Amino acid sequence: MNNFMKSCKNRKIILIYAAAIVFLAASFFIGIMLGSTFVSFEKIWQAILNPYNAGSTARIFWHVRLPRICACLICGAALSVSGAVIQGVLANRLASPSILGVNSGAGLAVTLCTALEIYGGWRLSAFSFLGAFASVMLVSICSRKFGSSRGTVILLGVALNSLLNAVSDTIVTFNSEVGFMSNNFKIGEFSAVTYQKLLPASIIIIAALIVLFTLTNELDIITLGDDNAKGLGMNSGFMRTLFLLLAALLAGCAVSLAGLLSFVGLIVPHTVRRIVGNKSSQLLPLCAIIGAAFVALCDTISRTLFSPYEIPVGIIMAFLGAPFFIFILIKGKGGHARD
Amino acid sequence: MIEIKDLSFGYGKNHILKNFSACFEKGKLTSVIGTNGSGKSTLLKTIIGILAPDSGDIFVDGTSLSSLKCQDIAKRISYLAQGKNTPDMTAFQMVLHGRFPHLNYPRRYSQKDRNIAYDAINRMGITDYADKSMASLSGGMRQNVYIAMALAQDTDYILLDEPTTYLDISHQLHLMKTLKSLAADGKGIITVMHDLPMAFNFSDRIAVVSCGKAAVCDFPENVCQKGIIKDIFGIDLNYSPEEENYYYRYNHP
Repeated sequence: MNNFMKSCKNRKIILIYAAAIVFLAASFFIGIMLGSTFVSFEKIWQAILNPYNAGSTARIFWHVRLPRICACLICGAALSVSGAVIQGVLANRLASPSILGVNSGAGLAVTLCTALEIYGGWRLSAFSFLGAFASVMLVSICSRKFGSSRGTVILLGVALNSLLNAVSDTIVTFNSEVGFMSNNFKIGEFSAVTYQKLLPASIIIIAALIVLFTLTNELDIITLGDDNAKGLGMNSGFMRTLFLLLAALLAGCAVSLAGLLSFVGLIVPHTVRRIVGNKSSQLLPLCAIIGAAFVALCDTISRTLFSPYEIPVGIIMAFLGAPFFIFILIKGKGGHARD
Repeated sequence: MIEIKDLSFGYGKNHILKNFSACFEKGKLTSVIGTNGSGKSTLLKTIIGILAPDSGDIFVDGTSLSSLKCQDIAKRISYLAQGKNTPDMTAFQMVLHGRFPHLNYPRRYSQKDRNIAYDAINRMGITDYADKSMASLSGGMRQNVYIAMALAQDTDYILLDEPTTYLDISHQLHLMKTLKSLAADGKGIITVMHDLPMAFNFSDRIAVVSCGKAAVCDFPENVCQKGIIKDIFGIDLNYSPEEENYYYRYNHP
């Protein structure tokens, strides 16, 4: 590789990251400003300068918009990175937290918590993580134990998804207290986000993201297969479990905040792979930025499209994400579309 | 020298290696041959530490393998597995990962690692496709990249499991010549082979594995003369002094 090509490539990566950060910043500010009530930039600035101001704009900013947009950013980043990690570890580009039953595992845990009246941010995040981790480990163990093909892993996930959703639905059917949150929770929405829920989930998600960003070479090597990874001195069994644990932690905490947001864990990693390739050190941070911006943008649209009514963000994500995903799949045919 | 003493390994009651003993020297190209299921690949996986032996011991330059961590083993022995995934990365990234065992947390590649990877790429003559994706390369090109990765790993021993599989004859010959030159440079090369004439023509030593035991580990000419090939494979392997070549004839029934 000559130096010219290398510098061009580096410049391209820097430009891509710069564009992604601008997209993220734009999504954040648009999300703060737009909604059933328009909040201008000056009013936001005044609210920041006088946080204890009892005015309605300050209250909207501090208690409605800010926690909500932060939750969108955190969940988008978490689910996108979780999807990219699961795809790498299972060597399957069709894998994502929602398809493999990871979100459903977390969802069942949250439903159980609600039915048993277990509340509180930390406990909800912890149970949600346990549900997600149990699901992802079950799929991973089964696929390794029985030498499952890539297609079988997906089918295994689909079966697990159905089973876990059936258990959740049974709980909802017999427990009217849980029933009210069921629909929005299944589609995914951010209207019920509070600082109490946001803080523990954010701390766990940011910590998990930082750990994952330091393990990008390990993630690349695990894609070479178990024997080659071991030949390079990696304890691949331990690393695989660690990666799945971190991915489950991300997905579980996101579900505890926003419900079963599907799709984002699949389409964002795919889109980002087409932009920067598969090198994890470039893939994971960009997934976090684009995923965060995408969910924030979708949430803003969900709040403003039929204002003052709002529709669950999962619906907007599907409407925007599905056609875009089909477009990039068709456009990229013959490129990276090997899986 | 890699010294294997009374090595046994099995999956439950299915014993693959039974009191296997052999020595593999540095600076020699040793081909491990045997029938399907005789335990050749298992032997390599046990040497590299992927499989833990039931009994026996393996010494690498006098140090017991059981006392070494995965990372320390990978600094001494590199291993190219039989069924390799085609990773989604460039050939250069692949070769650079050969430096992985030499990294400490947080495991970031330094300029020195990159220079070593460039040297390995130059040595293998693959600079033209170093920037290409592994998926876009042919089987022979990929095999060269894997060997460059093993060179970047900078180990005294290289283990290869059926490296000539899926390669056409010209790539097979090129690969065997490369392995021979690496052995001449002082590396201990141990490769599992199915092509007997190829193994006998290029190797310094032949290790024959039969029913999980080392039937013999000797010079190719000695192994050929002992008639063990006839006993195990049911064919006559001959040496032609005129052509300086091993060959075998298959008699149709």
